[in-house]
Amino acid sequence: MKLGRSTYRFESNVTISDCFTVVGKKEGQGPLSIYFDMVIEDEYAGQKSWELAEGKLLNIAITKLVQRAGEKPDNIDLILSGDLLNQLSSSHFAARDLDIPFIGIYGACSTFALSVGLASIFVDGSFAKNVIAATSSHFCSAEKQFRYPLELGTQRPPTSQWTVTGAAAFLIKPEDSLQSPKITHFTVGRILDFGIKDPNNMGAAMAPAAFDTIMRHFSDTKRSFEYYDMIITGDLGYVGRKLLDELFKKEGIRFSSELFDCGILMFDPETQNTGAGASGCAASACVFGGYLYKLLRERTFEKILIVPTGALMSQSTALLGESIPVIAHALAIEMV
Amino acid sequence: MNIKDKKACEYQALVKANEPKTNSFKNCILAFLVGGAICDVGQAFLNLYSSFFPNDEAQVLTSITMIFLGAFLTGLGVYDKIGAFAGAGSIVPITGFANSIVSPAIEYKKEGFVFGVGSKMFLIAGPVLVYGISTSILVGLLYYLVKVFPGI
Repeated sequence: MKLGRSTYRFESNVTISDCFTVVGKKEGQGPLSIYFDMVIEDEYAGQKSWELAEGKLLNIAITKLVQRAGEKPDNIDLILSGDLLNQLSSSHFAARDLDIPFIGIYGACSTFALSVGLASIFVDGSFAKNVIAATSSHFCSAEKQFRYPLELGTQRPPTSQWTVTGAAAFLIKPEDSLQSPKITHFTVGRILDFGIKDPNNMGAAMAPAAFDTIMRHFSDTKRSFEYYDMIITGDLGYVGRKLLDELFKKEGIRFSSELFDCGILMFDPETQNTGAGASGCAASACVFGGYLYKLLRERTFEKILIVPTGALMSQSTALLGESIPVIAHALAIEMV
Repeated sequence: MNIKDKKACEYQALVKANEPKTNSFKNCILAFLVGGAICDVGQAFLNLYSSFFPNDEAQVLTSITMIFLGAFLTGLGVYDKIGAFAGAGSIVPITGFANSIVSPAIEYKKEGFVFGVGSKMFLIAGPVLVYGISTSILVGLLYYLVKVFPGI
């Protein structure tokens, strides 16, 4: 059911029945290392290029998820997946041996919420019973596409963020179990552009999108900030997080619930030299799938709002001097 | 100015005020020390070669040695770490130029020797070559004109 301008409420029990996360070596050394299902130390993951390596991570996440859930691949109705690469290369590589109906989606780093949200619509509308929502990113393939060759000796500006190497897959299905977190609301963001042009400062570009979608979610659902135990943004990092605080302060809004950011939780900036924090599709997907999902199951938190943000630039749009369009989608995930 | 532009302007000012600052002073010192050290290595080679070869040959040999070292350290995956630490200190010397050619060559080798290595090798160094050579032609022309017509 649609609420307000852009929030969808799911009336049936749409649950995240299981998930699987795979991360790279650096992520496996970070503060959340013990929460991930699998760490792959080889940055090529046994493949011959970065693009194939990212595809491999995503393929592992999906196949392991299907195995662990005890499903047959034939019973999976649909995969919704996206990543950062041109033409969604790694998602397509990952899915080409799976023989499961596939829809590719692009939302840059907001892909996690987009894929899970759309999967929920398929399930809530009874069009499908078992839908996999997945996403991936890889530090090396992202550097190659968006920045410079890896071996080039450059300095990163302090605002730049570190792309997470990893993949996560979520099994969305109708379930009556009290054990599984339920997706209750999906707020679709709108494209904003506040004229930020620096591709090395994505946190600053994306903060207004997070602000807009959070405010939209509350006005659509008529919920108050106190309703959630935790509100968590995708990959704003330290710079974007601070700006989001400023935006809320300007509107005179104070938080009683905790405001977190997946890009900040992922790495330890002191020892891992990751600048302003983590970014990439896998940042929010792996932090949620690895860490928050388990906290929800243990009922440490019962109601969370996760708001992954995406900076929708390409290398050419940056060179053309265009500012960065941004978006954020929100998912309300609750133990009810 | 409409409301949208005004909001964007306000936000850009907010971003500027909250931006973490680059520590230019520290970066300058590191660049000076590392860049200087690289030049010292070059000077050591020049002194060494000067005792065996005539001066102009020793200079060419020094450049060749430094380019080799830059390329070699890039191949070993060390030069990017020096670069992250030293900034301009490792970009400005000739070793930095070698790094800017070898690093894309490594990255794009997987895309084949013709359209990968061949065409993308100058991805970073290309502009330096284009404008370097163009400028040298202009300067050469001026020099020629001044020589032919000493009156102007």
